[in-house]
Amino acid sequence: MNTVLSRANSLFAFSLSVMAALTFGCFITTAFKDRRVPVRVHVSRIMLKNVEDFTGPRERSDLGFITFDVTADLENIFDWNVKQLFLYLSAEYSTKNNALNQVVLWDKIILRGDNPKLLLKDMKSKYFFFDDGNGLKGNRNVTLTLSWNVVPNAGILPLVTGSGHVSIPFPDTYEITKSYY
Amino acid sequence: MRKFTLPSFSKDIQQEYCSPYISLDTAPPNASDGKDQKVQQENNDLSFLQLLLWKGLIVATGSKSPMVVVLGGSTEPAFHRGDLLFLTNFQKDPIRAGEIVVFKVEGRDIPRVHRVIQVHEKDKGNVKFLTKGDNNEVDDRGTNLSNKEGQNWLEKKDVVGRARGFLPYIGMVTIIMNDYPKFKYALLAVMGAYVILKRES
Repeated sequence: MNTVLSRANSLFAFSLSVMAALTFGCFITTAFKDRRVPVRVHVSRIMLKNVEDFTGPRERSDLGFITFDVTADLENIFDWNVKQLFLYLSAEYSTKNNALNQVVLWDKIILRGDNPKLLLKDMKSKYFFFDDGNGLKGNRNVTLTLSWNVVPNAGILPLVTGSGHVSIPFPDTYEITKSYY
Repeated sequence: MRKFTLPSFSKDIQQEYCSPYISLDTAPPNASDGKDQKVQQENNDLSFLQLLLWKGLIVATGSKSPMVVVLGGSTEPAFHRGDLLFLTNFQKDPIRAGEIVVFKVEGRDIPRVHRVIQVHEKDKGNVKFLTKGDNNEVDDRGTNLSNKEGQNWLEKKDVVGRARGFLPYIGMVTIIMNDYPKFKYALLAVMGAYVILKRES
């Protein structure tokens, strides 16, 4: 073999080793970092309906409508090893049927380079807040939290919940006249 | 090897996976390996040590496929085609909203990588959940079709593992090897020629 090939070979091997070391460095320097920040969630409107649910095993299920505000400053989370943050607002509650329910109401993707300061007002939920049954009616304790999934350039994929949550009560009666504003 | 895609909603792209590692053909084939591997298995003179490491990883993570390659586009922009995911599947870990799970639908042997968006847990162990790809408009209820009727909710038994770690681009090698078998044979031929023609210096 001539020297061009062996040089190309060693160059290739060297660059692979360097890239592997860099990737490992990215991972190890951010593996144990605390990715929590305080967030503020506020709910301005709650409405409850009971509608036909074709996707469940029963005729009618509870359907909740929530209008909320979210404030958070995520700037400190972004570092050299964070590619994207997948934010999601989830509602957690328990009912007679199920000990634990979690429903994601809204989500957002923030890429590195996007504005990391979150200041959203009067947001409507993106996904239908269907309960598995009729457990939202009169439910006093539905907790909304904002969490995020940190997607790194290389390394661990942690799920982090922001500190700061709000508990809301659902009404005891169903809304039958109004449509979702 | 053309991938089969379902008739779909707006942007729903089927997310498949294949195991990037290959097993010795002398190892006794067990039922789960036959169904999990979507790609053909090859012979290779791997060392016993590598097999030991691979099986050890399966035991350590609790998942039958601790490393998977992302093949589709339904989790973009987080994961692209060719990225490697590390999975764990400890039974005592509860399924919670926001987790990225690799799961299989009954009747289809192609697993998917999506995010959990709804969880309803009756008591410990009795849980059903719903998933949606980040890049899809709707959740998976419309596309989880099995032979009988649509499988609306997923259960723990459908889960292959939860994504815990991530490495970009590494899986592209496996994808190229499987989509273009000629490339694989050419590579083997070049390596063989190199061994034969090399001069001891």
